Amino acid sequence: MKCRKCGGTAVLELRRHNAAFCAPDFLDFFRNQVREAIRKYRMFEEDEHLLVAVSGGKDSLALWDVLIDEGYRTTGLYLDLGIFEYSVESRRKCETFAGGRNVPLIVASVSEEVGAPVPIIKDVTRRPPCSGCGLSKRYLMNRVALDHGLGVVATGHNLDDEAATLFGSITHWRTEALARQSPALPSTHAKLVRRVKPLYRLSERETAAYAFLRRIDYIVEECPFAKGATSIAHKEILSRMEEVSPGAKHNFLFGFLDKARAAFERAEAVELRECVRCGQVTTGTVCAFCKLADQVKRRT
Amino acid sequence: MKVILRNPRREVEMAGGRRVKEVLRELDILPETVLVIRGDELITPDQVVRDADTIELRPVMSGGSSPPNGPASRARVE
Repeated sequence: MKCRKCGGTAVLELRRHNAAFCAPDFLDFFRNQVREAIRKYRMFEEDEHLLVAVSGGKDSLALWDVLIDEGYRTTGLYLDLGIFEYSVESRRKCETFAGGRNVPLIVASVSEEVGAPVPIIKDVTRRPPCSGCGLSKRYLMNRVALDHGLGVVATGHNLDDEAATLFGSITHWRTEALARQSPALPSTHAKLVRRVKPLYRLSERETAAYAFLRRIDYIVEECPFAKGATSIAHKEILSRMEEVSPGAKHNFLFGFLDKARAAFERAEAVELRECVRCGQVTTGTVCAFCKLADQVKRRT
Repeated sequence: MKVILRNPRREVEMAGGRRVKEVLRELDILPETVLVIRGDELITPDQVVRDADTIELRPVMSGGSSPPNGPASRARVE
């Protein structure tokens, strides 16, 4: 198989682009896709200081790597979820990456902020672990950004993540989620920072290939709580679809973003207030994060 | 050939002299869900894997979080 650009030996086939690339040309392709994502959604300015949420996995470290190389000023944020050896190892990957690239890394602990690590939160709430985990991460990303005077958080969500989320939202007709799904979410309140996903145009396999070719040391093992997760099942469904119809995933996601999302957004208007306890943004009186922390406190 | 699989890590012995795409088909692994690694390089589906080769099929799919329920959780930042 030959590289579409230079004719050399290809290392990766991208059927959805009817192409194959050698390593250097694939890295160029990858960076160009990130540039296009940033440009199309005006994600941030060249001189803006970005908070990059990193987990130690391939996507977030690949994102951080590209942003550093593109010359952006970045600070990483690692959220220690307290998930046994997985968290110990993933934190180490982030610290090693940050040290090697000489970039700052903030570490925040869910255990300290919520009152318990994710495995205990799971037991206390009797809900899937991803529920308390996701809630805590979103809250803390926003709050840490505010605490440090940063106006935007970048996460490593990729095309497969976004397509799977979209698929789940449609099959369950979660219209509020459909209204909010975007590669770039603006700040709609003084205490809400922008959230952007510069990798949204790139598939999970492409991000993995980037991380591999750049010799980024990321955690390959999955979160122990991810087993059987619905999102993974949805990704498998979409991957089967992609197998028979290359390009189906990006047509699905990009088509939604270009043609359908606006209609859902118009239909779902929400009033935002500040939590009476912590001052962060909520639609209620006390935010879900404070309620979670209360629940943990009562039961531990 | 030796095929290394991950999550959990295990090894499978298979006859060599076959293309990567055939190996994936036989193991019922979707190409979109793995990186195919031989040594320290990525290889494409048309590449032939020989008897003496060792390849790793590294899974790329991660997951576990679904969008939050309820209104405005975009900031479950709430």
